[in-house]
Amino acid sequence: MKTKTLSTPIKDEDILELSIGDIVYLSGHLITSRDDVHQRLIKQKKPLPLDLAGKAIFHAGPIMRERPEEKGKYDVISIGPTTSMRMEKYEKEFIAATGVKLIVGKGGMGEKTAAGCMRYQAVHAVFPGGCAVLAADRVEEVEGVEWLDLGMPEAIWVLRVKDFGPLLISIDAKGNNLFEKNKKRFNEKKRQIVAEINQHVDYLE
Amino acid sequence: MDQEKMRTRFIDIMAAFTAYTGIYLPDDVLAKLKELAAKEDAPMATTFYDAMFKDLEMAATLSRPCCQDTGVIQYFIQVGTSFPLINEIEDCLAAAVKQATAALPLRHNVVEVFDEKNTGNNVGTRIPWLDWEIVPRRDDVKIYVYMAGGGCSLPGAAKVLMPLEGYEGVVSFVFDQITSYGINACPPLLVGIGIAGSAEVASKLSKKALLRPIGSHNHNPRGAALETMIEEGLNEIGLGPGGVTGRQSVLGVHIEQAGRHPATIAVGLSTGCWAHRRGLIKIDADLRYEVLSHKGAVL
Ligand code: SF4
Repeated sequence: MKTKTLSTPIKDEDILELSIGDIVYLSGHLITSRDDVHQRLIKQKKPLPLDLAGKAIFHAGPIMRERPEEKGKYDVISIGPTTSMRMEKYEKEFIAATGVKLIVGKGGMGEKTAAGCMRYQAVHAVFPGGCAVLAADRVEEVEGVEWLDLGMPEAIWVLRVKDFGPLLISIDAKGNNLFEKNKKRFNEKKRQIVAEINQHVDYLE
Repeated sequence: MDQEKMRTRFIDIMAAFTAYTGIYLPDDVLAKLKELAAKEDAPMATTFYDAMFKDLEMAATLSRPCCQDTGVIQYFIQVGTSFPLINEIEDCLAAAVKQATAALPLRHNVVEVFDEKNTGNNVGTRIPWLDWEIVPRRDDVKIYVYMAGGGCSLPGAAKVLMPLEGYEGVVSFVFDQITSYGINACPPLLVGIGIAGSAEVASKLSKKALLRPIGSHNHNPRGAALETMIEEGLNEIGLGPGGVTGRQSVLGVHIEQAGRHPATIAVGLSTGCWAHRRGLIKIDADLRYEVLSHKGAVL
């Protein structure tokens, strides 16, 4: 495991140096994009209102507060990752369409995303689930919001972050997928353990 | 105190306690997290535990919800038949949820079924969800607050087994669910299992099992032994914090049971995440409160 820092715009060379299990801290632009943003761009083919090339996206639905004295300016109250697997359906196309380099979320993603990461030099990383105040603390400024008509959690929030992490690389650009690997290991162990327990639970008379 | 004053006081206490539960983990969960973290030495696992403790510390300092998903609010009520506000509890708890939602703030998490609209105040059809137990010959009330997050509610399931599938079927069901859905539920998990004769009883008991303090055991010796076997087995799988692998997987495994039908063994499963926000408060007939889940808590 190595610890690294990444800054946007992220270059392909930076991505190719990363391996699953590495810990990364991000500085620069992190933009929230979850279910509805993926759906709008890929399925409904609506053009994105901003450029994501070389940047990072965050599968997250934050709690934001608008400043009473400054309309249209927001502060993050709490922001944490949501389950990335929900975006599996469209993530490969999303990477292709946007040139995004780093995808941050919770839990693993599947084969299709892993193929997309390999083909377009991108990585998926996880932020510790539920650590919402920690994440909010690393946001320096909410620079803007797009597609607010989708509602607060689903809108595109443009965040400028500093040392945002820890981010654990779960899919690298070399075809490795940490959580898929773990899942295989969990399932192999499961079979033996269940068989062992089941020798002791014959309670039926 | 007149009735109206008592109502206001009850709402204020419950709003403050609901918000409090969103910020601070209960003593037993916190102690267990520390115990589990101390046993990890792999860098991925320790990095994740460090993040959790840092997050909790900052949540306390800033009075913010420790996790952004403050869940759908559920109250499990044990009310004495002579509690003076027994007729008012339902309305008061809805008012308390609205108050806490605006004050903390809590995330808006209640979507009306069919209309598919978020109510915007965490109150909706049958929500906050109330579970009632009536306690004869008492004049106080004990209320559990539980924040049912999305991620940790996802592994939930129930199944009615044929008796010949036996307790083996129960064990397989639990392990299959946890290995398939557990990692997205923010482990270490608290695993609640209900065993009964029909799906709804088993499900409800699985949730009540999550309310038991960590470290407590099923009152039946076989039940207690099965809890330990499943706990040790799940730990051996080693989901680790956040599913990144580690020496353990769970905060605990709790089983609750009800008599079953000879022809069925129903099993229900509920899970709680590392941010297991469960609070317990006792309020007496004079509306003095005592927080039982967080020692020394002042609202
Ligand atoms: S599973 Fe728990 S800790 Fe994780 S995001 Fe949901 S409520 Fe928060």
